[in-house]
Amino acid sequence: MSSVADGNTMMNEERREFIKKTAIGVLVGLGAASGLVPAFSLEKTVLPVWDEKPVPGKIRWGMLIDTRKCREGCQQCAAACHHVHNVPDFRNKKDEVKWMWKNPYQNVFPTASQQFVSKEIQDRSYLALCNHCADSPCTKACPTEATFKRWDGIVAMDYHRCIGCRFCMAACPYGSRSFNWQDPRTAIHDPVTTYPTREQGVVEKCNFCSDRLVKGQQPACTEACPEQALTFGDLNDPRSDIRQLLEANETMQRKPELGTKPSVFYII
Amino acid sequence: MIEKALKGNRSYWIWIAFLVSVIGVGLSAYDQQRWFGLTVTGMGRDISWGLYIAQFTFLVGVAASAVMVVLPYYLHHQKEFAKTVIIGEFMAVSATLMSMLFILADMGRPDRLLNIMLYPSPHSMVFWDLLVLSGYLAMNLVSSWAMLGAERKGVPPKPWVKPLIYLSIPWAFSVHTVTAFLYAGMPGRHLWLTAVLAPRFLASAFAAGTALLILVSLILKRTTGFDTGKEARAKLTVLAAYAGVANIFFLGTEFFTAFYSNVPAHKESLQYLFFGLDGHCQFVPLMWYSLISGVASIIVLLVPALRKSTPWLVGACSALVLSIWIDKGVGLILGGFVPSPLQEIVEYTPTVTEICVTLGIWGIGILLLTLLLKVVVAVKMENEQ
Repeated sequence: MSSVADGNTMMNEERREFIKKTAIGVLVGLGAASGLVPAFSLEKTVLPVWDEKPVPGKIRWGMLIDTRKCREGCQQCAAACHHVHNVPDFRNKKDEVKWMWKNPYQNVFPTASQQFVSKEIQDRSYLALCNHCADSPCTKACPTEATFKRWDGIVAMDYHRCIGCRFCMAACPYGSRSFNWQDPRTAIHDPVTTYPTREQGVVEKCNFCSDRLVKGQQPACTEACPEQALTFGDLNDPRSDIRQLLEANETMQRKPELGTKPSVFYII
Repeated sequence: MIEKALKGNRSYWIWIAFLVSVIGVGLSAYDQQRWFGLTVTGMGRDISWGLYIAQFTFLVGVAASAVMVVLPYYLHHQKEFAKTVIIGEFMAVSATLMSMLFILADMGRPDRLLNIMLYPSPHSMVFWDLLVLSGYLAMNLVSSWAMLGAERKGVPPKPWVKPLIYLSIPWAFSVHTVTAFLYAGMPGRHLWLTAVLAPRFLASAFAAGTALLILVSLILKRTTGFDTGKEARAKLTVLAAYAGVANIFFLGTEFFTAFYSNVPAHKESLQYLFFGLDGHCQFVPLMWYSLISGVASIIVLLVPALRKSTPWLVGACSALVLSIWIDKGVGLILGGFVPSPLQEIVEYTPTVTEICVTLGIWGIGILLLTLLLKVVVAVKMENEQ
């Protein structure tokens, strides 16, 4: 009797094992298929982004800000930027985290000519953000490569590698970097789920919307501007809109004398 | 050998208990900081380094100044320094440890400290600074401990000890040079963007560190009866005085270049520190106190009649240390952030929590120094008997 029962148990175990292995095989097959055949993938990826291997230096993303079009008192670009990136708002200057903001002429361009500037130019405020410098002092100062230069010219941040030493903040001559002096999650008033929040103790800054570029979208600020004052494009492509505008207009960069080669340009 | 630090009189244990309680206060303040973030300090978006990095800079100088006794003793056989040299080396050990702890205290994510070694980045000065500091700490601790051990047993030191000491001499210069390079390579921070920063760091380090060494040797004499010798102190006094003169000279050259050239970016930080900028003059009294007391103490150290009197010597050395602590720690670091890259003037006041953490780290360093020097004194006194 007992030997028959043992035989049954063995049969059952073998059958269970067979079903298990088949199921795993089917899952593996589906997984491979979704990886190889885009139509099978569960999460849609924008393919043009991936269809060629990134060549370092091939693309250099840049931005041109036509400050003549920028509406006084309008903050839609910064609001859109801060919203889609879960930038906290502590409502105090000491803990402030900001990726994009407006400041008067003498603050944004302190080394530009300040004498006899027209009242109109002095009264306007100017957009400041990370310049995504071609020769970025912040990436040079970072001891862990937590901030680094991407193949497309974007100065990116790895929030999981940053040790919070704030060398990049001391090295940045544009004040473009913010540190999370306290837990930012308490000060995100309308969080989005499409971009991660940061932790206390790491540095953050404008990412030129690399999270949106990968989906084939324009940066949030460029899209949000009601006056189309912001032009985003490839500085290495002579036929891009941004290059055409740079050709046709007199433009300036912030503190060009420091040799950082900013990728953000201004029409005053 | 370390067991000698466990035997002491009543006042020794009171002193240890005092230091331990200071460390306790520091640790609880640090716990606050870990929990709530660096928002508990006075630092902010514009002045993103404060008291911690200021202490770090000052203490690396103290550490490097050990070379002021190591070099004459080992390379030039100046026998007067026979008893002082190990005190200098152990001071370097505890100062290096403190400076590393201040970096740790300043970090937003100290749990990720090892990332510096996991992703070595030779383009970053911090990477080199961590290398030279940990190397300096190790070589000073190992070589001086080995020398002391040999002395206790009355045998010649192991053959590898001397080469290690010789290596520590250029290493001391590199430690402080790399620290200066942390600041001097940043575009847009014009108070730091100066080739004279590294020489000035060395000069101020040799002045303040040597003055501190004189004070420590006097404290040892008073508390334990162990005297490193009048001749050694007299020589150190002269070294401190001339290093101080060099430091003031370098500061003068900074003033000349900034104010004669009249380039706003070069001028503004110095103007903010010493004369006030746009009505903001938070540090003006402190900087003038530092300058005047620094010059006065150097004069005292240079006049033979004055420096031979112990009260004058103690006063001058303490004033010189404080003067350089203000100039290099407070003025240089905070002044570097004003005006901000967006031409704003932001004030900074350290918080109580920040001050407690700072005192706690000093407590750790002084405790280590006390224990090490206790061993030194015990060994030397035993051998003298």
